[in-house]
Amino acid sequence: MTEQGVRWTAEQVLALAPDDASRKAGGKLGGAGPWSQTGGSASGVVWGLCKGSGRTPYRTVVDLTGPAYKCSCPSRKFPCKHALGLLLLWAAEGVGVPAEAPEWAGEWLAERAARAARPAAAKPVDEEAARKRAERRAARIGAGVTELEQRLVDLLRGGLAGQEQAGYGAWEETAARMVDAQAPGLATRVRELGTIPGCGPGWPARMLEEFALLHLLDQAWLGVSGLPEQLAATVRTRVGLAPSAEGEAVRDHWLVLSQYDSVSPDGRLTTRRIWLRGLASGRPALVLDFGPPGRPPGLALPVGLVLEAEARFRPGSAGLRADLGERCAAAVPGGPAPAGVSTEAALEAYGAALREDPWLESWPVVLGPVVPVPGELGWQLADLEGTSALPVPLAGPGGGSRSGLWQLAAVSGGGPVTVFGEVGHRGFTPLTAWQPDSPEPVALV
Amino acid sequence: METAGAERAGRTAHAGHAGHAGHAGHAGHADWDGLVGAALLGTERRRGGSPRALLDEAAVQTLRRRAGLRPAQAGERPEPAPRDPRPEPPEAARRRLAQLLAGRSSGGRRGAAPDLTELLPQWLAAAVRHGYRAPAALVPALLDAARARTDLRPHALALAGSRGLWLARLNPDWRFALRGGAAGMPELPGPQDREGVERLWQEGLFAERVALLGAVRAHDPAAATALLATTWTAERAEDRLMFLDSLRVGLSGLDEPFLEAALGDRSRNVRATAAELLSALTGSALAGRMAERALACVGPEGIDPPAECDAGMLRDGVVKRPPAGRGERAWWLGQLVEAAPLSRWRERFGGLDPAAIVALPVGDGWAEELHAAWCRAAVRQRDPQWSKALLGSPSAPPAAGPGTASLAERAKLLSVLPEGERADWVAEFVRAHGLSEAFQLLGVCVVPWAGPLGRAVVDALDAAREAGGYPWSFSGVMGLAERCLDPADAARLEALTRAPADTTETSPGAAAYWEEAFQRLASTLHLRASMLAELIPPS
Repeated sequence: MTEQGVRWTAEQVLALAPDDASRKAGGKLGGAGPWSQTGGSASGVVWGLCKGSGRTPYRTVVDLTGPAYKCSCPSRKFPCKHALGLLLLWAAEGVGVPAEAPEWAGEWLAERAARAARPAAAKPVDEEAARKRAERRAARIGAGVTELEQRLVDLLRGGLAGQEQAGYGAWEETAARMVDAQAPGLATRVRELGTIPGCGPGWPARMLEEFALLHLLDQAWLGVSGLPEQLAATVRTRVGLAPSAEGEAVRDHWLVLSQYDSVSPDGRLTTRRIWLRGLASGRPALVLDFGPPGRPPGLALPVGLVLEAEARFRPGSAGLRADLGERCAAAVPGGPAPAGVSTEAALEAYGAALREDPWLESWPVVLGPVVPVPGELGWQLADLEGTSALPVPLAGPGGGSRSGLWQLAAVSGGGPVTVFGEVGHRGFTPLTAWQPDSPEPVALV
Repeated sequence: METAGAERAGRTAHAGHAGHAGHAGHAGHADWDGLVGAALLGTERRRGGSPRALLDEAAVQTLRRRAGLRPAQAGERPEPAPRDPRPEPPEAARRRLAQLLAGRSSGGRRGAAPDLTELLPQWLAAAVRHGYRAPAALVPALLDAARARTDLRPHALALAGSRGLWLARLNPDWRFALRGGAAGMPELPGPQDREGVERLWQEGLFAERVALLGAVRAHDPAAATALLATTWTAERAEDRLMFLDSLRVGLSGLDEPFLEAALGDRSRNVRATAAELLSALTGSALAGRMAERALACVGPEGIDPPAECDAGMLRDGVVKRPPAGRGERAWWLGQLVEAAPLSRWRERFGGLDPAAIVALPVGDGWAEELHAAWCRAAVRQRDPQWSKALLGSPSAPPAAGPGTASLAERAKLLSVLPEGERADWVAEFVRAHGLSEAFQLLGVCVVPWAGPLGRAVVDALDAAREAGGYPWSFSGVMGLAERCLDPADAARLEALTRAPADTTETSPGAAAYWEEAFQRLASTLHLRASMLAELIPPS
């Protein structure tokens, strides 16, 4: 199958945009106006010359199998507006009969092919040294964990009542100690403790929950050698160690259920979450990609696409985290909406996943048919019978997308919809919706 | 969500298992609130409490609570939105709308990229024309756009339809959608449903009643005025005025008896509006009476304005007191001429045609008053011959024209001309006078602009460039051209973008700006062409 055969939709193209500004700029270049010498090859490459403000037009090439982009413009955005415009043009109108790439595009493609063919140089592994390094790190983490336990115990002895005044400086310091102890997972959890007293009523209960889960993680780490293998892997990952073993590889047709970005509180890291679901295996997969400030993560998979690929699951963490391996075929727009479950079944799924990973905040589910119920105090998604419902947390991913909720309401019109999202102890965060009569997914984030 | 009681056996299995992960298996039964209380106060103050035991217990309870979550009681569901039977636009058009809505707020210098904000209104208008509804997922963005731009509202709300109103009731930001005429309105009864019509007419809100009157009138004008007459004397004056005003659409001789009766209304404004409407009906008795009066004052022999405003004139809607600074006889004369059927002048002036009548010299400085009144009459009576005569030659300097030098008045006269003649007249005007005064006149021409008009505008833009101006001096016309030029003219524009860069000293860099402006215009036209091609009518 060639990419030329199946064009993407404009939404899928725009989902690749690194930010809103690029989305707009790309949208404006999506007409034939500024373009000349556009073309595409049977192997799924499109190219074209885009008239800019200068005399020489920019040369833009997109390899759709990546997707990978190349453009002679000076923009640091990736993909740049020209690449987006070219893709939009191709999505809307196509670029005619497949042809040979012109010389300027061919060069880049050849380079790319050569790079892909070159095997990564194998580094000699000094197993002994690696083992020693791992031991030293485990010892450091152990010391950090013990220190953290002591801190929790001391605080509970005196009571949490003073925490409201403590501010977050106190926890910043402990978090820094955890970074020194090479336990970044613990550091993140500790840093978040500092924000809880400011969350309004009910903070003592939330604080105690977080203390308890932290305590559970501390204890689990101290006894990690006695844990079953999967649980031990989960504990290591939660503490912040990279997985030691390659996980299970699952080849499937993966439907992209959602893609959204979140920026770390310090603004230094953008995390892109991509939720997949194996059409044959039914298995959920979470693929993460990261980007430094101002540069979005490179991996972009528009919602609704199906790609045939091998997903490599990392051990632990309830088997959610996966890395995408080689893709066997180009991505194609997906079929009908996936089948949904009831609100009760969704919570059961979360409960079951907690067995694998007690620190899990949420679990991916397709819910439906459900009816969105807007409310002054908060929204709900209610089963058709009208008795059970899941609340929608006020702050969703991507900074609490209110516009996403309104879109969900608009799509439902008070009627049933199928919704993909994350269900957890705070409720259900909707990410993608399907109308009953349409296979087209509506991304809500 | 609620947490199930610890006794729920199926759930405790989860919690127990999860607890095992943390070696905190000895699950106690202390209730969660008790644990939170102990944590707040500190274990020191509780006899025998150890912080570690508290943490163990809290870990078990936390997981038990999470694993045992149950759905919450569902709140009251919103009433489902009424079904919208209209089809959604084709896929390509839906994508285009998403793009137009996403690009609407882009600010800053536009460069050579097409201008999406100029295209959105056209997309909406075309989609409404074809009887489409907005795709549900785009309704919120559409409402946001309409909130920011009032000019988009009528079409945006029409497209959003019942789904849009349903949403607007849920979100205060979109309350504007509920204010308008048709918004939030229950379905109107069919014009034949006598009972339904009667009930809504008696009980409905004012906006509903205006809409009902319009619907009945479209079906049977006489029935509409009859309906109006049933409650007429009981209506408030401002409502009577609005009802009367709504008769403007589809005005016909059938309305004359009702209007004639309204000349005796209690309210002066109602009387004046009734008189105005009657004068637009050139065959009406009022028009005849006004003609008698006007013809007595104006003729080949000269002008003799009325000496007094008698009771008959007053009853026929003549306003007695002139505005400050105007003589009362001139004021009365203007009102008489304005309301007299134009067709009567030919006979009065010995068989001359309108152009010849307008060209006659008028003595004693009455020309301006007389011609202005004729202009108002030509617009009110929608008389193309008189409009043409009053517009005069498009190539003559505006101030020398027979009728009026005011561009706004001229635009009104133009709108009376048939489409082709209108475009030809404006094309000629642009060729003679350039673009600086053409904006209002171009605004009344039919979109897309006819060939000669498009050519005249493009040539004038080219001439402006050669004259050494900057494109932003013509931004008004440029914006109009983006909306109105026929996409077929894009080829000519593209030729201009490749014109050699002549360096004029008066306006440095102008050539590049013009090139960019022409390019933007051309690409907007291309985009518009493909946009309208995508929006094919539903099969």
